[in-house]
Amino acid sequence: MRLRTLVWREIFERKSQLATSFLAILLGITVIVSIKNITFYSEKAVSREMDSLGANVLILPKSATLQDYYAADMQGDTIPREYIDQLALSNLEGLDNVSPKLSVPVELKGLKFHLTGILPKKEFQAKAAWQGAGIFSRPIGCGAMPTLPFAPGDNKTLVRQRVVEDLEKDEALVGSDVASALGISEGQSLELLGQAFRVTAVLPQTGTIDDSRIFAHLDRVQELSGKGDVINAIEVIGCCQEISNGLVSKINKLLPDAKVVTITQIADAQIKMNRLMSRLSMIFLVIIVFVGGAGIANYMYANVFERRREIGTLMALGAHSSLILRIFLLKALLLGLTGGIGGYLLGTVLAATLGPKLAGVPVLPMPILFLWALGISIGLALLSSYFPARRAAKLDPCATFQEL
Amino acid sequence: MLKMENVSKSYRHRGQTVTALDDASIHIPKGDFVSVVGPSGSGKSTLLLMLGGMLSPSSGKVLLESQSIYDLSSDHRARLRKKHVGFVFQTFNLVPYLTALENVQVPMFLAGTDERTQREGAIALLERVGLADRIEHKPRELSVGQQQRVALARMLANDPAVILADEPTGNLDPETSRQIIGFFEEFNEEGRTIVMVTHDPKAAERAKRTLRLGQGKIIAEDCDLQSMEAA
Repeated sequence: MRLRTLVWREIFERKSQLATSFLAILLGITVIVSIKNITFYSEKAVSREMDSLGANVLILPKSATLQDYYAADMQGDTIPREYIDQLALSNLEGLDNVSPKLSVPVELKGLKFHLTGILPKKEFQAKAAWQGAGIFSRPIGCGAMPTLPFAPGDNKTLVRQRVVEDLEKDEALVGSDVASALGISEGQSLELLGQAFRVTAVLPQTGTIDDSRIFAHLDRVQELSGKGDVINAIEVIGCCQEISNGLVSKINKLLPDAKVVTITQIADAQIKMNRLMSRLSMIFLVIIVFVGGAGIANYMYANVFERRREIGTLMALGAHSSLILRIFLLKALLLGLTGGIGGYLLGTVLAATLGPKLAGVPVLPMPILFLWALGISIGLALLSSYFPARRAAKLDPCATFQEL
Repeated sequence: MLKMENVSKSYRHRGQTVTALDDASIHIPKGDFVSVVGPSGSGKSTLLLMLGGMLSPSSGKVLLESQSIYDLSSDHRARLRKKHVGFVFQTFNLVPYLTALENVQVPMFLAGTDERTQREGAIALLERVGLADRIEHKPRELSVGQQQRVALARMLANDPAVILADEPTGNLDPETSRQIIGFFEEFNEEGRTIVMVTHDPKAAERAKRTLRLGQGKIIAEDCDLQSMEAA
């Protein structure tokens, strides 16, 4: 005979009464785990989608507007290039990618285009529209989707990445409109502002102003345009979660002489969805705490009442009040443990099954949710059972013997 | 062994003061076998609970081996019960979801005895009360007489010096009652002190002496059992 034998036997003796409490905790944990699991992968998927739309934070000169930016950032004002260094050296979290740009007008064969200076890798990583075309590798960071076994791979991405990273100062990338208007293809040369450039790639059509851009190295564009060490804009891919946590105001504080704007329509969609999901899981958490907790407490009080003679007998046989307390708390612990494990398994299966149908995303098990599930279910079971257990421990043994 | 010194117990019930025990003093020496008789509400149960350290008096002292038990904390009293006192109840109070063997093991578990010794001791006790072939039976699978014998085995588990029995034959047929009282005589012969509350004159007369209670007072010792029957 051990304490656990005493508890275990009682559970099995009255298992039908325990079933309701167990079901309450099991279903509660199942729902929370499945929502959290689906939410996690849904957020990642939306983040990736957001990423594919390009930069979501812009750093512009004070006088510039978003319209200026969309009109090929051809505003007259500039900001110092050293802002890039300031951002790089700051301890700001959530900057997934930073891409400076300087644009100047150029004329070729009587046609007007934009020569845009970029810092190769960063600029290209920010241009997610191109990534969608499979040219560049994904940036690693908050917006990146973990590699799923069934995610489609793209050989082209790796092949072309080298080109981007190796962009030399006499190399240029041309937008699709530029290429078709001038009849240029890869490997040909063109002269811009008195300097010859070799076209290393013709970019796929994006349907944006970028189609009429010619990209070259930022250093060379600065040098040829005679504008000095300045840029027109810095495109930032910020983590949406960090944006909602005040990334913009933090950048504003760091760069007080610049204008920092979010592409709110895009960021808001993400933030709203994230908030909806997290509110939903919070609502379920509150429901399980109140309904599940009340159910367990109610069951435990009834159990104490039903077992008062048994408790009195144990006390008459010499049981201390602490032992009675432990009997009920151990039972609560077992209830929480089994409810938590069962809820995690069921919730994970549910998420993996329903996730692709409901949220359109593949969902994989998340071991961290196992700790979550156990923490909530055991904590709730112990907390709900504490007062009934204490009542049992304080029972007057005399009152339990009606026949005496 | 057991002593009560001017013990009274009163409580409030619906605005009225009820006196359950009124200035009772008794001395029960080691090895005594006392039956306590009296009509319902006379204070028999109160007396038994007080001797067992489960109900504190309003005034007076209860002593077990010269130790005033109500000067101790409730956990100390529980320890004292575990070591010195064995209870027997009218309705047996076996734990319904445990087997006969496990029920007998409970007091040993409470005393911190290791599992192997618990099991060996419990089997020996069940053999003693004639239930060697019923050790894996649950209480509902046993007759009332067998249940009371399991309760007797459980009571003996920690080898108590004092046995407090409340109507041990109250739910039993005459033949089984005689058998159970026979066990009590046997335990008494082993030197255990027994206090037994009973309504059964035949059970009471087998004790060494009898205390008669009425309206919370001890009104007679070694009373004439014939007159008790008439009452």
